[in-house]
Amino acid sequence: MLELRNVVKSYEGKPLLNDISFTVSQGETICLLGASGSGKSTILRMIAGLDFPDRGAILLNGIDLAGTPPHLRDFGLVFQDYGLFPHLNVFDNIAFGLKMRNLPADEISLRVAALLGQVNLAGFDSRKVTDLSGGEQQRVALARALAPSPRLLMFDEPLGALDRSLKEGLLNEIRSILHETKIPAIYVTHDQEEAFAIADRILVLHEGTIIRDGTPSEIWKDPKFAFVAKLLGIGNVIDGEVVTENKVKTAFGTFDISCTKNVGEKAQLLITEFPSPAGEGRRGEGEAQIKLTVEDVLFKQDQFQVKGRGGLVIHMKKAPRIGDVITVQVQVKCLS
Amino acid sequence: MRKDVLNHGDTKTRRFNPLRAFASPKGAASPWFSRLLLWLPVLIFLLSTFFFPLSKILSLTFDPNTLTNLNNLLVARNSLFFTFYQAILSTLLTFALGLPAAILFSKFNFRGKSLLRALTAVPFMLPTVVVAAAFNSLFSYKVTGSMLQVFNLQPSTFYFLLILTAHTFYNTSIVIRIVGNAISRLDPKLEASARVLGADTIHVWEDVIFPILRPSLLAAALLVFMFDFTSFGVILLLGGSQFATLEVEIYIRALQLPNLNLAALLSVIQLLFTLIFSILYSRTINQVQTQTAPRFSQARSPKTLRERIFVFTVYCSLFTFFLLPLLSLPIRSLTRLEPDRGQRNEVQYGFTTDYYQELFVNRRGSLFYVPPVQAAANSLGFAGITVILSLVLGYPAAYALAKPTRLEKFLDPFLMLPLGASAVMMGLGFIISFGRLIASPFFIPIAHTLIALPFVIRTLQPALASIPERLRQAATTLGASPLRVWQTVDFPILSRATLSAATFAFTVSLGEFGATLLITRPEYPTIPIAISRFLSQPGGLNYGQAMAMATVLMLLTTLSILLIEKLRFNNAGEL
Repeated sequence: MLELRNVVKSYEGKPLLNDISFTVSQGETICLLGASGSGKSTILRMIAGLDFPDRGAILLNGIDLAGTPPHLRDFGLVFQDYGLFPHLNVFDNIAFGLKMRNLPADEISLRVAALLGQVNLAGFDSRKVTDLSGGEQQRVALARALAPSPRLLMFDEPLGALDRSLKEGLLNEIRSILHETKIPAIYVTHDQEEAFAIADRILVLHEGTIIRDGTPSEIWKDPKFAFVAKLLGIGNVIDGEVVTENKVKTAFGTFDISCTKNVGEKAQLLITEFPSPAGEGRRGEGEAQIKLTVEDVLFKQDQFQVKGRGGLVIHMKKAPRIGDVITVQVQVKCLS
Repeated sequence: MRKDVLNHGDTKTRRFNPLRAFASPKGAASPWFSRLLLWLPVLIFLLSTFFFPLSKILSLTFDPNTLTNLNNLLVARNSLFFTFYQAILSTLLTFALGLPAAILFSKFNFRGKSLLRALTAVPFMLPTVVVAAAFNSLFSYKVTGSMLQVFNLQPSTFYFLLILTAHTFYNTSIVIRIVGNAISRLDPKLEASARVLGADTIHVWEDVIFPILRPSLLAAALLVFMFDFTSFGVILLLGGSQFATLEVEIYIRALQLPNLNLAALLSVIQLLFTLIFSILYSRTINQVQTQTAPRFSQARSPKTLRERIFVFTVYCSLFTFFLLPLLSLPIRSLTRLEPDRGQRNEVQYGFTTDYYQELFVNRRGSLFYVPPVQAAANSLGFAGITVILSLVLGYPAAYALAKPTRLEKFLDPFLMLPLGASAVMMGLGFIISFGRLIASPFFIPIAHTLIALPFVIRTLQPALASIPERLRQAATTLGASPLRVWQTVDFPILSRATLSAATFAFTVSLGEFGATLLITRPEYPTIPIAISRFLSQPGGLNYGQAMAMATVLMLLTTLSILLIEKLRFNNAGEL
């Protein structure tokens, strides 16, 4: 189990990470989400031993890694732009970590052949890495990181440089490999689709701290923070003002919900489509009906994305006409 | 771009172009024929001034008398050995300074970085006589002279070290450029990947960094070695004829102890090795280019104490090493330290402008029957002719090369072949081929043109190739007449490139020493020849005048370099 305990790090005199703590259990894949420049990659570099925390500790199975240089940590690292050795062919790239561990040559070639099969690159042994496509290069990088059977795998936006169709295929491969090998993994990305697809647990990094930590469904149901909702594209985030203890006034009406804010303060609300059909009479906390003037309708496979006045976006089975005023059942939540 | 040219190949013939008009007066000539017309001037020039002398040299070399003479073979062997010896030592010394410098420039940011970079690049363009004079001046002060006595060096050892140091001074910028570029293109993720995969520092260097840098290191080493191998002016002027490299030996056997057969043999050996090195170099540099990744801006300010010490040490060494000779020369040209020849009375030591004033005086005791300033006038005249000649010859060839067909690809290597021959060899070729004719001063600008021509063509060619057809079409559709199109599109690009090429030819001619030394007559000294003669004569006045002329030449060359840099054609207009 990997554990980060109160890690603090500044970059060029400015605080970058303050008080980062989390754990990764055996066989678990966690996803580290955050805007660019939020320090995600720095966390990976520190875990790999390529960079050092100013304060705090990084432990593996309870043992502090501070004294262990990167080449003795037994971790794997996959970069966005692959970081393949340009002077070595596919075989030698994958074999690099095995050679560093002085394994016998026949064992190395067996292991490399198995890995090439695993990443669907059988027969690519003697190809130059510079001649491969982006997707193929990333597969080589993945095989190279897997080769020495690392105790932890780290992915630094591994699919960031690939186009959409390649992304999906490789994402599935990574997922199944992680499931098979049970290697704990940290996956850094800023793409919410990737995060939801691959993570057992999602950590959201914002302004130097982890503001949200939970399973994908927990976070989808309750992002808690406006930043998290916006980053993950969950529902609509709108501005409002607390008018009384249980009422928040917005451009879409006044809602009966309680916020932790004082009266008169600004609040941000999350408006999501109500999951169950409307009109059952029962009204739970935050359930409401709003009227929406349709401004635009987009066809989205099995449903229609409806853009209403004020920028609110909802989804409907049947397409309304532009200009219609429709009534929508929504769930309103107060965000912090 | 290339595709674009092909697509519009048919429209090309229709647009106004003075060169094409000249090449095919009535548009009736076939493209192949008109292309050959473009090539004609430069081919005739090269055949008569390079390939004809080369054939003469070859026939002298393979004369049975040359190859059966044991003494000839012995001299050839000894000078070849010594050339290798000094070139290897010079290359090692250049790398000893160049590698830390390359790391400094590619890894670190510090105050005065661009100034220091410019400073290290200046010597590469300076004429050999200026560098020789600068290093000579460095040890003409009392302070440095007495410092040397502490080391108690043999004069010959001292001169040899001086030559090696001057070579280092010349070529360090090559290492900085080639190796420094490679280091800054080294993806920092490679080192990170290797370390995470289990490589310790030694393995990171052995298995990743060194193999990736190897082609660049090799290319830089080959280029530095090649320049050291063919070095002439620095060795002759700093060390004298006792340091018999191939080049110096050719000069001696051509003029001082005439044995033209031996000189020819030596120059063929020289050419052979230069060609081998050029081929090896172009192979390795190709490898460098295929491995270039995008540039990673990883230069940063030094952080740890070790880094700071490194930056400080290398910074100071480079500044001192490159600035001292460049400063010492002009200072020495304004300082009297010893009496003039025949001066017995009390001498006023210290600051003086005499050496500059003397340049305008025609003294009976002077080396020439003309005032030294006449040498400057000669140089400027020769340089002017060189500029005109190399542009007239280079323009049609560059124009043909800009849109290469099979003919151009076939002829291009022949155009560049003179680069492989040393200036001294060209001079020797002139002596052998034209005999007494070379008493005419006109052969000097011809030799200079021969040397400058490849550079001129290589400067013009990319500019001519880059003028985008689409710009011309855009101008035409906007209503510009063919003449307007040429004025607004072609001319601005061409004028910069032309000025740049002209300045280049001018600079080459102004500083040329090797070929000029072999074919010059006493009545027509150029600035470098005058400097070398002043340097070889005793007396404070002669020495001072050498310093003064070298200073003037240094300033002229530096101004030209600045002009070329300003005009440097950076793919302007490329779409």
